[in-house]
Amino acid sequence: MSKEENTANRPDNTAFTQQRLPAWQPMLSAGIVIPGFVIIGVAFIGIGVALFVTSQNIQVLEKDYTGIETNSSCFKCTNPRVKNCNCTINFSLDKLFEGPVFVYYGLSNYFQNYRKYGASKDAAQLTGDLAYFTEPSTSCVPYQRDAKNKPIVPCGSIANSMFNDTFKLFQIVNSGNVAVPLDGKGIAWWTDYNIKYRNPTTNPLKNAFNDTVKPIFWPRPAYELDTTNAANNGFINQDFLVWMRRSALPNFRKLYRRITEGEYAKGLPAGDYALVIGYNYPVKAFDGRKKVVFSNVSWMGGKNQFLGIAYLVIGSLCVVMSIVMLIVYAKFKFPDEE
Amino acid sequence: IHCRHERMIPWPQAAHNPNLHLDPPLKKEEERRVRANDREYNERFQYASNCIVTSKYNVLTFLPVNLFEQFQEVANTYFLFLLILQLIPQISSLPWFTTIVPLALVLSITAVKDATDDYFRHKSDNQVNNRQSQVLIPGSLQNEKWMNVRVGDIIKLENNQFVAADLLLLSSSEPHGLCYIETAELDGETNMKVRQSVPVTSALGDSNNLATFDGEVVCEPPNNKLDRFSGTLYWRDCKCVLTNQNMLLRGCVLRNTEACYGLVIFAGPDTKLMQNSGRTKFKRTSIDCLMNTLVLWIFCFLVCMGVILAVGNAVWEKEVGSLFQSYLPWDPPVDNFMFSAFLSFWSYIIILNTVVPISLYVSVEVIRLGHSYFINWDRQMFCSQCLTAAEARTTTLNEELGQVEYIFSDKTGTLTQNIMSFNKCSINGQVYGEITDPLEPKLDFTAFNPLADPEFCFYDAGLLESVKVGEPRTHDFFRLLSLCHTVMSEEKSEGELLYKAQSPDEGALVTAARNFGFVFRSRTPGTITVSELGRPVTYSLLAILDFNNIRKRMSVIVRDPQGRIRLYCKGADTLLMERLHAGSQDLMNVTSDHLNEFAGDGLRTLALASRELTEEQWEDWAESHRAADTAADLREERLAAAYEQIEQHMTLLGATAIEDKLQEGVPETIAILSLANIKIWVLTGDKQETAVNIGYSCKMLTDDMGEVFIVNGHTVQSVRQELRSVYLTLYFIVHACLTLWITAFALVISGHSLAHALEADMEAELLMTACACKAVICCRVTPMQKALVVELIKKHKKAVTLAIGDGANDVSMIKSAHIGVGISGQEGIQAVLASDYSFAQFRFLQRLLLVHGRWSYLRMCRFLCYFFYKNFAFTMVHFWFGFFCGFSAQTVYDQYFITLYNILYTSLPVLAMGIFDQDVPDRRSLEYPKLYEPGQLNLLFNKREFFICISQGIYTSLVLFFVPYAVLSHASQDTAEPLADYQTFAVTTATALVIVVSVQIALDTGYWTIINHVFVWGSLGLFFSIMLAMHSQTLFSSSPNQFHFVGSAQSTLLQPVVWLTIALATVICIVPVLAFRFLKLDLKPQLSDTVRYTQLVRQKKRKAVCFRARGGSRRSGYAFAHQEGFGELITSGKNMRLSSLALASFASRHSSSWIDTLRKKKHSHAPTPPGAASAKPL
Repeated sequence: MSKEENTANRPDNTAFTQQRLPAWQPMLSAGIVIPGFVIIGVAFIGIGVALFVTSQNIQVLEKDYTGIETNSSCFKCTNPRVKNCNCTINFSLDKLFEGPVFVYYGLSNYFQNYRKYGASKDAAQLTGDLAYFTEPSTSCVPYQRDAKNKPIVPCGSIANSMFNDTFKLFQIVNSGNVAVPLDGKGIAWWTDYNIKYRNPTTNPLKNAFNDTVKPIFWPRPAYELDTTNAANNGFINQDFLVWMRRSALPNFRKLYRRITEGEYAKGLPAGDYALVIGYNYPVKAFDGRKKVVFSNVSWMGGKNQFLGIAYLVIGSLCVVMSIVMLIVYAKFKFPDEE
Repeated sequence: IHCRHERMIPWPQAAHNPNLHLDPPLKKEEERRVRANDREYNERFQYASNCIVTSKYNVLTFLPVNLFEQFQEVANTYFLFLLILQLIPQISSLPWFTTIVPLALVLSITAVKDATDDYFRHKSDNQVNNRQSQVLIPGSLQNEKWMNVRVGDIIKLENNQFVAADLLLLSSSEPHGLCYIETAELDGETNMKVRQSVPVTSALGDSNNLATFDGEVVCEPPNNKLDRFSGTLYWRDCKCVLTNQNMLLRGCVLRNTEACYGLVIFAGPDTKLMQNSGRTKFKRTSIDCLMNTLVLWIFCFLVCMGVILAVGNAVWEKEVGSLFQSYLPWDPPVDNFMFSAFLSFWSYIIILNTVVPISLYVSVEVIRLGHSYFINWDRQMFCSQCLTAAEARTTTLNEELGQVEYIFSDKTGTLTQNIMSFNKCSINGQVYGEITDPLEPKLDFTAFNPLADPEFCFYDAGLLESVKVGEPRTHDFFRLLSLCHTVMSEEKSEGELLYKAQSPDEGALVTAARNFGFVFRSRTPGTITVSELGRPVTYSLLAILDFNNIRKRMSVIVRDPQGRIRLYCKGADTLLMERLHAGSQDLMNVTSDHLNEFAGDGLRTLALASRELTEEQWEDWAESHRAADTAADLREERLAAAYEQIEQHMTLLGATAIEDKLQEGVPETIAILSLANIKIWVLTGDKQETAVNIGYSCKMLTDDMGEVFIVNGHTVQSVRQELRSVYLTLYFIVHACLTLWITAFALVISGHSLAHALEADMEAELLMTACACKAVICCRVTPMQKALVVELIKKHKKAVTLAIGDGANDVSMIKSAHIGVGISGQEGIQAVLASDYSFAQFRFLQRLLLVHGRWSYLRMCRFLCYFFYKNFAFTMVHFWFGFFCGFSAQTVYDQYFITLYNILYTSLPVLAMGIFDQDVPDRRSLEYPKLYEPGQLNLLFNKREFFICISQGIYTSLVLFFVPYAVLSHASQDTAEPLADYQTFAVTTATALVIVVSVQIALDTGYWTIINHVFVWGSLGLFFSIMLAMHSQTLFSSSPNQFHFVGSAQSTLLQPVVWLTIALATVICIVPVLAFRFLKLDLKPQLSDTVRYTQLVRQKKRKAVCFRARGGSRRSGYAFAHQEGFGELITSGKNMRLSSLALASFASRHSSSWIDTLRKKKHSHAPTPPGAASAKPL
């Protein structure tokens, strides 16, 4: 009995209770830190060089077409009263723009990242749930219902403000203008196209939109977004999906088309080109800018000078630091026990 | 609990006293009226029942009361306020669950803890309330639960029972209505105390007579003064004054008394025990206070950021937003930018609230709880003798243990064991008891003497030899020890002797004599029976010349069977030597040398002498003694003179040396603690000599000290003068000898001087002087003064104080110090109950402070630094993002990430570090006490460190925002889709954040146990798996409106650019920290770094901590510490078990006087201040 009590009171003799768990006790010794810095430095410089060189090889062509300057061909379109305005921007390439070439549109000073803007949509409606067609979420206010109290589909600020400029690219050759085929397939995220956004199963699609109205700014309802391809309509329209994936920063680019077909699949050959813009989207009111960007990509995506330079700088700093530390270490060796 | 349950017992109408009319129950009790055996009458006053409720909740009230209490915490209310803000749609920048999940978690953890605590309180309440006692219900004894005992009931108590309530002693089985109680649980004193009933009731005797007793007591209302009681008993026609001497208080134990009866005066919460156990002050650690200040600062910082962003929002809305309305119209209620800014302010308060993380408080509590368990579990703080483990009774003070600067220690029972052992003696110029061979076994007395005490230890066989050969001086020496004392013996069965000694040193001396063949068997008021070497001899006891503080000696005069009269005297050497026969100068010199030697070893010494008296001398002296004894005035002085007269011309027999056994390891512990720069003050109720003696033996005082100053003035002027001269001397010496060496000084100050020195006008001088000394000993201090000294240091030094003690007289000091430590395993538990930590031995203090305290402090500081860092790094990203999103309170991260960041992704690794981290192993912290210093200087976490860690956090947030910003704004996937969309940006930043803070915790963790590995890697794994799950198709299809991020994780984390960005951000965040730490380690290493380094390179040079042996110094080692007056008690025969009726008549002759005399003497010699528990003898 007394023995039992003895053991009952006595704390357990385990490594855990006695705080003697086996442990690894690392220390920032010179043997680890200095070589570590050298390794990080060298690795970063290596990556930096690779990134820089890759980035240098990427071609980018940017054209602002906002039409602020009066001599710009798009100046005429900045007047909000002009409807269906087209303007053309000409440019020439003095060498082959290697393919595949991607066409982006870019907006500046445009706040897709504004909190209320981002919240102004109805995700359930966009999955094709008909219940939300008639009763859009209140988060869409003031684009939940129109003046006649009819539900707006798709509701909300993001959908309402969808970018609707159009671009056509022509190569100017002696025989005239040759249209460069722009491919709009697969420019949206796979998950957006296949999961996040679904059309209602109603056939034809148009019927699902009965008793709803199109977003106020839209020229055509959602089921007629793409007149050329019936399958590319409704909520799974590629341009719509690209627009709905809102940008994190006020200056952004969004993918518009790829040039992957025909003879231009290898790239845009040197020569003169004309970009015909269907100018519909007003940005002048808020001092925005619009541009179109041609770019090709590498394994690391588009042109990205910053990353390569940052890696080079940080890598070199690490190497410098390791030398400094080596000097300090040599001078003030860790004092041995006195 | 069935306290409210009224027992409906028909109660006989007791005779009413027509003189007393009934008062209506008063709001505030001004006096208490209790009539015995009349429940009906007593119930009108609605006195508290004897049911004790220390619990706070019951099943029904738990939820509301507990929630109410929790929301009194500012932090919880703050988060509730945030929650309400989040429910306003215009403001809600984050869904409500981001706050309610952590809040609910925090509230429920606290609630569970409170519920467990309360459950144990219920259990102990029940156990106490259901104890059985015998109550006289109508006229016969019935068993009743304690909680059903009422005021006015008469209770029968039996031997060794706890007293159920505060009782008026009515009668007892012992003559004269005497009974003995032990008050250990009440005031920590383990010696027995005598209580006596008033004569009118003691005659009542047993239950038959008491059933008709209907006396009425009028007394003071309930109060917490343990040592006084005033009341009056009205019964029949007599009126008796009642004092504390008539009371049995709840918590006492009845001893050596078969049974007694008492009238319940105070019950339950009104008892003095419960009145004393008032709510303990809630102690807060300095880190707590700092943390609260910092949280307040952070809160201000939060408001500032909110204002900056709101102003930004106003400007933005005016300059940009108003133009952008075509795509983003303002809400109908928000029609101007000012209002928008106002809403934005609150929205940002919600987003940025994570800088004051709700999980901070609960994490701190969890860490402290963990540390408390480590203290409870520590086997090296387990006392195997008393089978008591250390206990952290308060879980909120652990890190303060690493910052202690002052220790206030009690002496008896704390530094010493309160066990005296007969260690050495000098007989006729010959020293016995020197230990030559430490391995020598202790002497076996059983063969020589069947009555020997088997636990007695003595190692010198020479002394036993000397007894055996019949050396007459040796025989006389032990004969004296067996005769000259006031010990009572109890012989339960033949040969099984039990000595009850007033002071443990007397017990040790009589036990020594017993083992060497001079066995004190029994005494009567007139005789002492001793078994001398097996032969029973009865001496007639002629007189006891009692001890007092001035005489410092006691003598007995006995007549042996042959008719020879002898005086045996033992006492302080200085006084005894003066009274010796002139002829023994040589022996005196030799013995004196021996005494010095003994004193040098820290032993308590007594000199022994005897004198032959002739019949005439005795007769003459007896005559003068009688005259002095019966003198009407100046009795004391006359008696002293009479004693003085006979204690002359004595022959020196020798000297004894008693070891006041120190607790194990006390000198070593004190040495280590003072190396750790902790100042130790001893506060004791003991005499100056004893205190100084212990000071030497536990190496607080050493002979190489410059000087030991003694302040014991009785008046304000003298104390002031003494203090000033001490200070001047110190000042002079320190300034004059700067070039030579700085000597340590010690201050000894007595209680009566302290009373003056603690006055407001002398406080500063005391403080200056005391703090200039290395050791301070306060002797003869009352419990209140102990607390005042602690308060003094607390008030003026801003240092962390620790008080350690074992008795009830230490309770006030334990409660007022920052940390109170109780010595457990002893009999009294008052100190333990009041303490924050308890363990069985003083030496565990070094482990508690230097190991557990140091680690706790280190861990808590590291934890806080990291915690603030990680939350700033997390939150400030929103601030930077504000400048790019129109100050719209858009979060950077996914809402689920925000919810889980503090609870799941980053909490466990830092908790593991906070609980398990060690910089150096425990052995090293004891080896290098200097490692304790950073805690005292508060170096590891202070405002500066806080700024450093939040700066690091802000830097990290800057990197975490701008690196992805710079990279992603132009980057695209390899399929050419741009990476600058919000969700990719959110996932990249969140991943980078989790990786950076994980790398940081990996750097901060110095002790990687398997648990740290599991938590760090587990948290990272958890982050990725939860993120992938949250972004999965399954969850999205279940609730499309909640999981917007579907597919983001997969798509983002497959991009090499994203990983390159994360790697870049991590390196930019971590590399400067690494470089800084490495350089700091190289250029300015801390002691702990050095120790750790040497550990690492296995240069294990053990620094032997050795203690210099101390030379002798001349001190009076006089050991005699019991109360005077017991000589008279013995000769009056009062305190003996009166089995022989023959003695009863003898005793009754003196009965009127002895108790009164005893009380008078007590009051005149050792006045105890009111309100304080009486100081413990030795």
